[in-house]
This record gives sequence, structure tokens and C-alpha cells, in this order.
Amino acid sequence: MSTLDLPYQVEPHPLTGVTSGKLGIWLFLASEVMLFGSLFSSYVLLRVGSPPEFWPLGIEAGLSVPIGTFNTLVLIGSSVTMVMSWASLKMGNLGAFRRYFGATIGLGGVFLLVKAFEYSTKFSHGIFPAVGWPELTDPSMFYGLYFTFTGLHALHVLLGILVNLWLLIWGAAMWETAPERFAGRIEIAGLYWHFVDLVWIFLFPVLYLL
Amino acid sequence: MSEAHPELGFWRKYVFATDHKVIGIQYGISALVFLFIGFCLMMLMRWQLAYPGEAIPLIGGLLRESWVNQGAMLPNFYNQLGAMHGTIMVFMGIVPLAVGAFGNFVVPLQIGARDMAFPRLNMMSYQAFIIGGLVMLTSFLLPGGAASSGWTSYAPLAVIATTGQTFWLIGMIFLIASSLLGAINFIVTIVHLRAEGLTFFRLPFFVWSQLVTAFLLLLAFPALQAAAVFQLMDRLVGTSFFLPSGLVVGGEPLAAVGGGSPLLWQHLFWFLAHPEVYVLILPGMGIIAEVIANNTRKPLWGYRTMVYSLLFLGFMSFTVWAHHMFLTGMGTTMSTFFQATTMIISIPSVIILSCLLITLWGGSIRFSVPMLFALAFLPMFGIGGLTGLPLGLAVPDVYLHDSYYIIGHFHYIVAPGTIFALFAGIYHWYPKVTGRAMNVTLGKIHFWLSFLFMNGIFMPMLFEGMAGVSRRLFDPTIYAHGAAVHGLTVMTSWSAWCLALAQIPFVINFFWSMRKQERAEENPWQATTLEWATPTPPPHGNFPETPVVYCGPYEYSVPGAARDFSPQFVKQEV
Amino acid sequence: MNEPQYGWWLPPNVSVSGDEVDNLLNIIHWFMLVLFVGWSIFIVYCLVRFRQRPGHVAIYEPIKAAFSKWLEVGVGVAEVVVLIALAMPAWAAIKNINSQTPTDPLIVRVVAEQFKWLFHYPGRDGEFGRTGAEFFSDDNPAGLDPDDDVGVDDITVRGLHIPVGRPVIVRLNSKDVIHSFKIPVMRLTQDVVPGMEIAVWMQAKDTGKFQVGCAQLCGIGHYEMKADFVIESPKDFQKWLDEEHAYLGLDDE
Repeated sequence: MSTLDLPYQVEPHPLTGVTSGKLGIWLFLASEVMLFGSLFSSYVLLRVGSPPEFWPLGIEAGLSVPIGTFNTLVLIGSSVTMVMSWASLKMGNLGAFRRYFGATIGLGGVFLLVKAFEYSTKFSHGIFPAVGWPELTDPSMFYGLYFTFTGLHALHVLLGILVNLWLLIWGAAMWETAPERFAGRIEIAGLYWHFVDLVWIFLFPVLYLL
Repeated sequence: MSEAHPELGFWRKYVFATDHKVIGIQYGISALVFLFIGFCLMMLMRWQLAYPGEAIPLIGGLLRESWVNQGAMLPNFYNQLGAMHGTIMVFMGIVPLAVGAFGNFVVPLQIGARDMAFPRLNMMSYQAFIIGGLVMLTSFLLPGGAASSGWTSYAPLAVIATTGQTFWLIGMIFLIASSLLGAINFIVTIVHLRAEGLTFFRLPFFVWSQLVTAFLLLLAFPALQAAAVFQLMDRLVGTSFFLPSGLVVGGEPLAAVGGGSPLLWQHLFWFLAHPEVYVLILPGMGIIAEVIANNTRKPLWGYRTMVYSLLFLGFMSFTVWAHHMFLTGMGTTMSTFFQATTMIISIPSVIILSCLLITLWGGSIRFSVPMLFALAFLPMFGIGGLTGLPLGLAVPDVYLHDSYYIIGHFHYIVAPGTIFALFAGIYHWYPKVTGRAMNVTLGKIHFWLSFLFMNGIFMPMLFEGMAGVSRRLFDPTIYAHGAAVHGLTVMTSWSAWCLALAQIPFVINFFWSMRKQERAEENPWQATTLEWATPTPPPHGNFPETPVVYCGPYEYSVPGAARDFSPQFVKQEV
Repeated sequence: MNEPQYGWWLPPNVSVSGDEVDNLLNIIHWFMLVLFVGWSIFIVYCLVRFRQRPGHVAIYEPIKAAFSKWLEVGVGVAEVVVLIALAMPAWAAIKNINSQTPTDPLIVRVVAEQFKWLFHYPGRDGEFGRTGAEFFSDDNPAGLDPDDDVGVDDITVRGLHIPVGRPVIVRLNSKDVIHSFKIPVMRLTQDVVPGMEIAVWMQAKDTGKFQVGCAQLCGIGHYEMKADFVIESPKDFQKWLDEEHAYLGLDDE
């Protein structure tokens, strides 16, 4: 082993009450909050700076609220299965863990597929990030922001799916040697997944409804 | 996992290393190379400024045709050099050296940890850094050359610039990722892996400075990441987040949607870049505090005050960004607010500097080479801080903004400020890294020449700025007030070239001492902090026995003690 | 007109409000110099008195000299004084100036582009013609609407002429990237941001021939983006305006 056996990988640190990995993921999420915070602030600044008639509502611009709602439910569902998988692991049931965790990954995949379908419909209607709102000849940044925000979010979902796949297929070997540590990893993966879910819960109303 | 670590192969030990000490050295060497490259770019620029339109001697004929005309520099090349000098120095030179190298090598040792909290993550930060750095350098080979819109990459200029700008943005995203991973690692390491007995108020000031720096990196960098994504979209996909409607470039209407805001880029950029300024200086201050306590042989005066000031400084650095934007027409109310926060943030800096100055009083000052650099840091950083005063006030800033005055100001902070601190750090911890001390005579020659020429470079700039000369001009003599100070420009250029020569003793010393200098003692500076509790160089896993800390970091000259230093790791008989 | 003298410190000042800026700059620099010399004396004194030598030991107890406290309090007070007593009134003055509408101002529209300045005077009717991005061409650098009668007598030139003593409002526009309108002798710098029009106010107290420059990197030709800046007596200014009108008249025929 080239890496050392460092303390606080399994047992929580008395000062912070969490393991090193968990503190790390919270810090990472803090920086993610700043990233999406910057994006949302930019959204506010750009929207305030442009005349209201250049800024369509999501529905007016052709976004489908039912599809968006469906995707929201899919992600919320995946968060639920994520919690269930971790709980199963804590109760020592590896089989249930595999089922729930697999379901989380599957739901993430469904979300991306629906998103890809939404994108392709837009593209087939000639809507690209670079064009304004086709109904208007006037400039609008609505679609630029829509594609940037959802694209970045989809990248986060994709990253989560890849990490979860790794944990399910290869990472689970750790269950035999260090079950507590593996449960910790699943919890960390879960925190990230809930965060990505939460970002969508902000994105959905901002883009589709407001 | 066994305690006995088998010898690792070359690749695992030196290239894909997870040991914080090896990663620290990797960062250190890469950063020194980048600093040297950034310095070379600047020396080329200084030729054009001192002798506008004349062929660059020696290498003028070797440069690309799109860069030079019969050996004389073209404005496009000058702009590339300017943008890349800033980018390389800030993001690939000083921050990796101060945080990546010194932070990585010294912090785990100073807190008694066996390694960083996430060794593999640490390796990945270094790899992201080196990829980002290489992307940046490669951009010089592009047909249109490297980024040429200044290190600030203001839109819309950067949006309509050549492909070099795309490389700049992609390189930046890698460098940001590297810093974010590093910052997480530092915070978790410092919070979780402190040795037994090492409470927060027993931490060396250097560790504190790294902790605050890590928080700044963690929370400020994502703003630039968002901005870089927006600018990439603008450049590659054709959105117009930073492009207002109705732009006409070179007589042709720009094909863009429009409706965006050029000031949005500046807000996002400076939200990062002002905390970034403190990222550049805080680790330097940390090194200086270590060196001064060690070489005055007494505790730091007002250690707790310094720590509180540091925390306040870190917090306030998020509230001052728009003082870079007094002239953007963002409104006088905003300017008034940011002018007030700027004045407030100067107070903790003044407190830290005063504490360091007062520490000299009553000491037993040892003029070692690191101490010389630390002593020079104090007045040089003082000049940098003082010249910030007229720039922070909106009225004088209206005159001085974007002039050579501001170039002089921030270089006084980062060049004879931070870089002197980094030199102090190199001379101070060299025996820890290599087991041998650096040659003192060469070190003193290096110091005095550097001190002289640093001032020779930056002092004239302050006068040029007062005379009204703008920065980033390919040929300032085109203006009457620029021609009047041309003598100062020539002086700056010659000082810069001489500064390069003054680094020769350092380079010789650096390599020669590694082999030829006699072995140093285990604790050559008779220091008190934990990094001197391990064998030199420290083995994998750092501490053969887990250290325990019994007292504060700077217990020098304790009355009644046998020696004039009482290390943290030795229990005192009182 | 005298040749302006430039040196290693502030260039000549021809702005009515420039003395205030100069005073502030000079006072701040004296303050900085005093502080710096004070620090330096302290450092050198310490280095000599507390140098390491046989028989000399460092003091462990933190010093509690009143002196050091005075120093810090003094620096703090001085900063507050600079901020409140000097900067705020000057800032308020500028703020007021910008919000006031000066009496009988001359209004000049400035259009910045890579790498030229264009100055647009309203002409005899005192009104600017309608402009738009779609009208820009080599013959029409100000982007005047050819169908708008108001714009027919508008003057567009490459050098800025203003009369001495009369307030001038400069309305800054950019066609492409961010530029910065800088006239050192007027102690004036203002960024020119595309997509927004920023107005600044100035008033000259002396005549002379100077330069307007660009202070924000705007591309390859940034360094040569300068224009003449001529401050004339009202009589000469009127004469210049008349000549420009005559030139326009010739153009129409």
C-alpha cells in the first residue's frame, strides 16, 4: 500500500463529529453551492438587466412543464432509493442495498434520457443556445441560460451515475474487508446525489415556471 | 496494512506519488519552472518598452513570424506576453509554490500528521494543475498565439479574441479544479489530523494562513469557474452572456444574440480575484511569521490578534471585489460601499504587519538568509500596502486606475512581498527537504542583489503611474506624458534584466547545496515547531513515533529553560 | 498656447476640479512617506539594538509598551482621518457634480471603437441625430440615421475640442469592446462599456493642446488609440465649429 492508514476514515472526529470523507464532501458541496450560486446570481443580473418582453416564461418558450415535473419526480425518487440503499447497508443487507442502489442509478439514467429527449426536440425545432427566442426577433438569453444550466446539471448527474456504478460494481468488494468504511462511502455518494437533486429542484421552477 | 512500507517503483514514488512530501516537491519544482517562464515573458516585454521598435537582441530572429517583424516585437505578441505573464505568475507560479509546495510539504509535518487527509486526491490536484499549466503553455503554439486579453480576460474583448483564449479558459478550469481539490484536502487535514495536544491556538501561524487560504480558494474559485463556463459558451456555442446587443466589430455587425452584460464578467472575475489576492499574500505572511519568530528567538507578539486578524481578513476579502470596478459606471452608491469595505480590510493587514514589526523589539535577531528576506518583506509589503491607499479611495483612483501606479502597487505586494517570503521559505525549509543547508554567502549575494533590483523595477513604476502613463501599452512613448518618463522605463527594464542575473547565485546554490554542502543537523535553525521533530528528510509516514504537543508554537527564550528554544513536542520541566 | 510640461510626478492640471484630486494625492503620499520612514527607523533601530551577540537574550514576555499601542492607534486614526476628512468630501463633491446638471453645458457624444475615438457634436440645432448600430459604416462612423433630419448638421470628428471655462458633458459609448476614456491633464478616467452610455462631466480652466488616450486594453492597437484634445478660448472654439459646419455644407453640395 502506498497510502497510509490515516485516522478518522471510519470513526468520527471528536471536534467535527464526522469522518474525514464526510467533512470533505461537505466542503466540496460548499464550493458547489458557490458555483451554482454564481450561476443563479448571474441569472438574476441578466434577467433584471433585460427588458421583460425579451424574457419568455418557460411555457411560452416551449418548455414542457409535464416533462419537467416528471423528471423532478424521477430525481426525488432516486434520492429516496439512495437513502433506502444506505439504510439497507447499515442493517447489513447487501442484497437490498444492491437493488436500491441499482434503482438510484437507473432513475438517474431515466432523468438523463428524458433530458436528452427534451434537448433533441429543441434542436429539431431549430432551437440552439445561440439563437434567441424564435417567436421574437429581439435578443433573448433565455435559451443560452437554459442549455448552460441544465447542461452543467446533467454533467453533475452523469458524474454521480459513474461514481455510483463504480461503487456498485467494484467498490462493493470493500464490504467484505471494511463494511463501516464502505457504508461511509455510500453515505458520501448519497450526500452528493441529494445535492444534485436539490439543484434541480431550484432549476426546475426557475427555468420552467418563472 | 503493514507499517513497513516496501520501496516503491520509480513511477509510484516520483510521478504518481501520493506522499505529501513528494507532491510538495513536484509542485515546488513545477512552480519554479513556471515562475521562470513567466519572468522570461516579462523580460521580453521590457525590451519592447525600453527600446520600442528595435529588434530583440539574440533571440529576436528565432521567434515566430507572427510575433516579430525583422526581430522587433509586434503589438499582438506584446499583448500575449502581458496576458500570459500575469496568468502564469498568479495561477501557475505563486499560488502553486505558496500553497501547493509549501502547504503540502510543511503543513502535515507542522501539525504532526502522517500525510494529507486524502493522499490520492492530493495526487489528482497536482495532475490537474500540471495539465492546466501545459494547456496554457501550449496555447503559444496555436496559429493565433496565446490569450491576449490580459490576465483579467475582460469581455467582450476576450469573447472575440483568437483560439488562445479558449485554451486559457480550459486551462483555467483545470487549475481551478486543482485548487478546489487541494483546498478541501488542506481544510480536512488541518481540522482532523492535528497531533494530540495541538489545539487551534497552538497551531503555527503558517498553518493558520494555509487554513484561511484554503477557505478562500474553496469559496471564491467557483465564481470564476461559472464565469469561465459562460465565456466558453459565448466563444464556442455562440451565446451572448457577456455581449450586449448591437456590437460592431471592425466595421461589421457582430453575429450574436446580444442582451448580455460585459460587467457580469467583471463581477464574477473579481469576486474570485480579490480573495485570490489574499491567497497570494497570506501564505507568504505565514512563512514570514515562522521565520521572524525563529530568528528573533522570541514568541510572536500578539499571536492571537494576528490569528483573529487573519480570519477577519479572509471574511472581508469577499466584500471588496468591486473596488476594481470604480470606473465601470456601476454607480456612486456602490463605489461608496466598496470604498468603505476596502478601508476596513486594510485594518487587519496593518495589524498583522504591526505585530510582526513589534516582534522585532526585544528579540535576539539572527541575520540568517531567510531572516534577511523576511526583514526585507516587511518594508516592501509596507510599500505595497500603503500604495493601496490612494487606489482604494475612489477619487484618487479615478486618476490612478489602470496606470503603472497599480502595477507598481500590486507587484510590491507579490514580488518583493510574496516572492521574498517564498525565498525565505526555500532557504528556511531547504534543510528539512534535502537534509543539507544552503550556502550562506551565495544566499546573501542573492538577497542583496534581488533587494536592490526589485526596487529598481517597481519604484519607477509608481512615478510613471503618477505621471499618468497607462498600463498594457505596447509603446507608451506615443503619449507626451509617456515619453517624458521614458528614462524611468529604461531603468525598470535594466533592473529586470539584472534581477534575472541576480538569480544565478540562487540557482547555483539550489543545485550545488543538494550534493556538495555538508549535512545539516536535525534542527539546524533551533526551531520549536513539529516539522523539526522528524528525521531529515522525513520518511514515508513522517513520524516514527506519533508526536504529542505540549505547548504553543513559539516558545523561544523561555525564562529558566536550559536552551533558548522549547520545542512543542518536548515536555517542559517547570 | 504653451507646450505642456510633463515630468516624473503629476502632469499639469487644466481641470477646474483637478486641484482637489492633486491635493488629495499629495497629502496621501506625504502621509505614506512619513509612515514609511517611521517604520524604517523603527526596523533599523531594532536590528541594531537587538542584534544577536554574546550575552544578549531575547525578552520572552510580550512587551506592553505604550509606544506600540500609540503607533497602532495612530495609524488607525490617520486612516479614518484620510477616509472621512479627505476622501468622503471629495467623493461627495464628485458625486454631486455628476448628479447636477451644469448650466449651459456643451454635450459631446463619444464613440469608441477599436482603435479610434470619434467625437460627435450636435451641430447648430443643439440636438443629436438618431443613431443605431445598423447604420455604422466607413462613411458614417457615428452610426447616424440617414433619414433623420436632425442629424444632418451633426459634426463627427477625430479630435476633441472644448471651450475653456464651459462645462462639458461627455457621453461615452463603445461600438465593440470596453475602452477607457483617459485625459491625464483633466484628472479624468472613465471606462467606456459597450451596451451602456456613461456620462461624465468636466470643465477646463486653461487652454492647451493635449491628448485623450485609452486606458483599458482593447486589442492589438490599444496603445495607439489616442486623439487630440484641444482646449480653446470660446472664440476659437466657435471658429472651429463654424469651419466644421462649412465643411459639412461643402459636403452636401
